[in-house]
Amino acid sequence: MQQLGMGQAVNQALREEMQRDSRVFIAGEGVGVSIHDSPMLPTAGLLGEFGPGRVKDTPVSEAAIAGLAVGAAAAGLRPVVEIMFNPFFTLASDMIVNHAAKLRYLSGGKSTFPLVIRMKSGAGFGAGCQHSHNLEAWVAHCPGLKVIMPSTPADAKGLLKAAIRDEDPVIFIEDMMLYFAPGPVPEEPYLIPIGKAEVKREGSDVTVVTWSKMLGVAMQAAAQLAEEGIDVEVVDLRTLVPLDKETILQSTRKTGRLVVLHEASRTGGFAGEICAVVMEEAFGSMKAPFRRVTGPDIPVPASPPLERFYIPDATKLVAAVKEIV
Amino acid sequence: MQVSKDKQWEMLRTLLLARSFEDALVELCKVQGKIPGMMILCTGQEAVGSGVCAALSPEDVILTNHRSHSHLLAKGADPRTLMAEIYGKATGCNRGKSGTLHLAVPEVNAPCTTTVVGGGLPLAVGFAFAQMYRQERTVTVCFFGDGAADEGSFHEALNLASLWKLPVIFVCENNLYAGAQRYEEHTRVQNVADRAGAYAMPGEIVDGNDALAVYEATRRARERALGGLGPTLIECKTYRCRGHGESDPQHYQPREEIQMWTEKCPLPRLHGEMLAQGLITPQELEALQAEVDRLVQDAVRFAEESPYPEPHEALEDVLVAS
Ligand SMILES: Cc1ncc(C[n+]2csc(CCOP(=O)(O)OP(=O)(O)O)c2C)c(N)n1
Repeated sequence: MQQLGMGQAVNQALREEMQRDSRVFIAGEGVGVSIHDSPMLPTAGLLGEFGPGRVKDTPVSEAAIAGLAVGAAAAGLRPVVEIMFNPFFTLASDMIVNHAAKLRYLSGGKSTFPLVIRMKSGAGFGAGCQHSHNLEAWVAHCPGLKVIMPSTPADAKGLLKAAIRDEDPVIFIEDMMLYFAPGPVPEEPYLIPIGKAEVKREGSDVTVVTWSKMLGVAMQAAAQLAEEGIDVEVVDLRTLVPLDKETILQSTRKTGRLVVLHEASRTGGFAGEICAVVMEEAFGSMKAPFRRVTGPDIPVPASPPLERFYIPDATKLVAAVKEIV
Repeated sequence: MQVSKDKQWEMLRTLLLARSFEDALVELCKVQGKIPGMMILCTGQEAVGSGVCAALSPEDVILTNHRSHSHLLAKGADPRTLMAEIYGKATGCNRGKSGTLHLAVPEVNAPCTTTVVGGGLPLAVGFAFAQMYRQERTVTVCFFGDGAADEGSFHEALNLASLWKLPVIFVCENNLYAGAQRYEEHTRVQNVADRAGAYAMPGEIVDGNDALAVYEATRRARERALGGLGPTLIECKTYRCRGHGESDPQHYQPREEIQMWTEKCPLPRLHGEMLAQGLITPQELEALQAEVDRLVQDAVRFAEESPYPEPHEALEDVLVAS
């Protein structure tokens, strides 16, 4: 099977969907000509293949980029636009939160907004908090948006293709560090359904729910814990909204223990939502208090030892699991 | 009006310092791989920071962006603590929180640096409002790139600053590129300065590689602001001789264009004129270069020898009281 980084997998998804559906176009800062001349990046080569009519480099204007997507989607196109880094979501947020998410409802269900907003997120490249800030909980809190955060290149490809075909606005968040971590991606076309979590490792003692880059941390911790006789089940959420409660509940009912792991900071983070769902719907099966392993409540610092301190690692997860097993 | 010899020396010194500082960074990040994060340099654009800051008083405020090194050095920031911050060391001006992208130095009235493109402009409105509110004889300068003029924040900030006649100087460093997008690929407005008219303020175009011209334009804008006449937009036409950042191979910048602008380098431009006019001797120039090189070497040594912050220090500085 081909080994691709997540950026390359996203690239294949974009290419296949653009070939399949002439309504699909992409836009964003440097999606055509980029300051990074690297084949690892999501939009590499698309300008050459599809031309400037469908691959639109934009000015540094996030509100207009998001508005372009909302308007064009309502008008029948299939926009896939890029907000370069997750923190710049704030500049685009009016168009996303007040418009993409609400206009269908306001129309009484008459309008549809089939658009995808892609953003890079994640800490680990030393740029500091105005480039690294995981805001998935913000968007997940807005009714009217779907939120996807893939953890593997194969998932990213199948989910992005599904997102482009979806009738609703989808926020698609790619952790940039995953661009450089190759994984297997099937050659033949496939879709991965939105709203379906995946059990990435089966286990019987404790459920770790996670997503995006933190899947790697969870798998590493699970391997360590296995050596000590603790059997971890890892649930990769993949989609935050709509949330696959079934898979989470099935797993937690089986193990009776829950740890939620995410890189985003703690207060108001999406781990709280997962804990609440399990509390409300599987309390009777639970054998121990829940644990959250998250970034601390600070902006992501730039200095290497400070940034390492921020990012949750296997040691922290192992410790949290041992507290409740 | 002839710019005084002292001012010219001051500008030459900060030009040489900024170049020497960034040349060291190229070596440290590209060759030695010692510096984390992105590395965004202003090689070829140094006359903007030097010319603007030479026209300011120490109490005047500057707000800068991702391409900040020359602005901060020209405002008088200590190269040692800047370098240490770029390394991510505990002795850095922001204790390792910022790294190279958001270096802030309140000690020299460069209090907020933002790498959110266009973020500085509304902040400048706030600083200038406070200056006016307190009836200070000071101004706020906001440095930003040509790309930032495409953000909504630019337009809202210019309109409000103009409406309230705030003492702001908006300094656009038009280096012909916003990322990989060449100027005419991101706007059809011929000059950024043309946009000033939409907000009823003067828009002045200067040769951004001529420190003296930048200095003069800033001085005029400052007089205007202090006279209660409100903001000015100054567009400094210059060129980004290196990539957007050091990982940018410049595949979209024509070689001849880079070459042409490299020949217009602001350093020889100023010291050439100063030598011709007898304001500096070749020996003095050599000594000045040696002095700034020593400062930079000292800054690198300081950064190298400084400790990293303790990991738990990451938890500090979020709120004043929590
Ligand atoms: C709001 C926002 N969008 C995008 C970026 C990514 N980015 C950083 S610098 C840059 C180009 C800015 O161009 P310009 O304003 O002309 O400044 P220059 O880099 O040329 O100095 C971009 C797009 C950002 N930092 N902030």
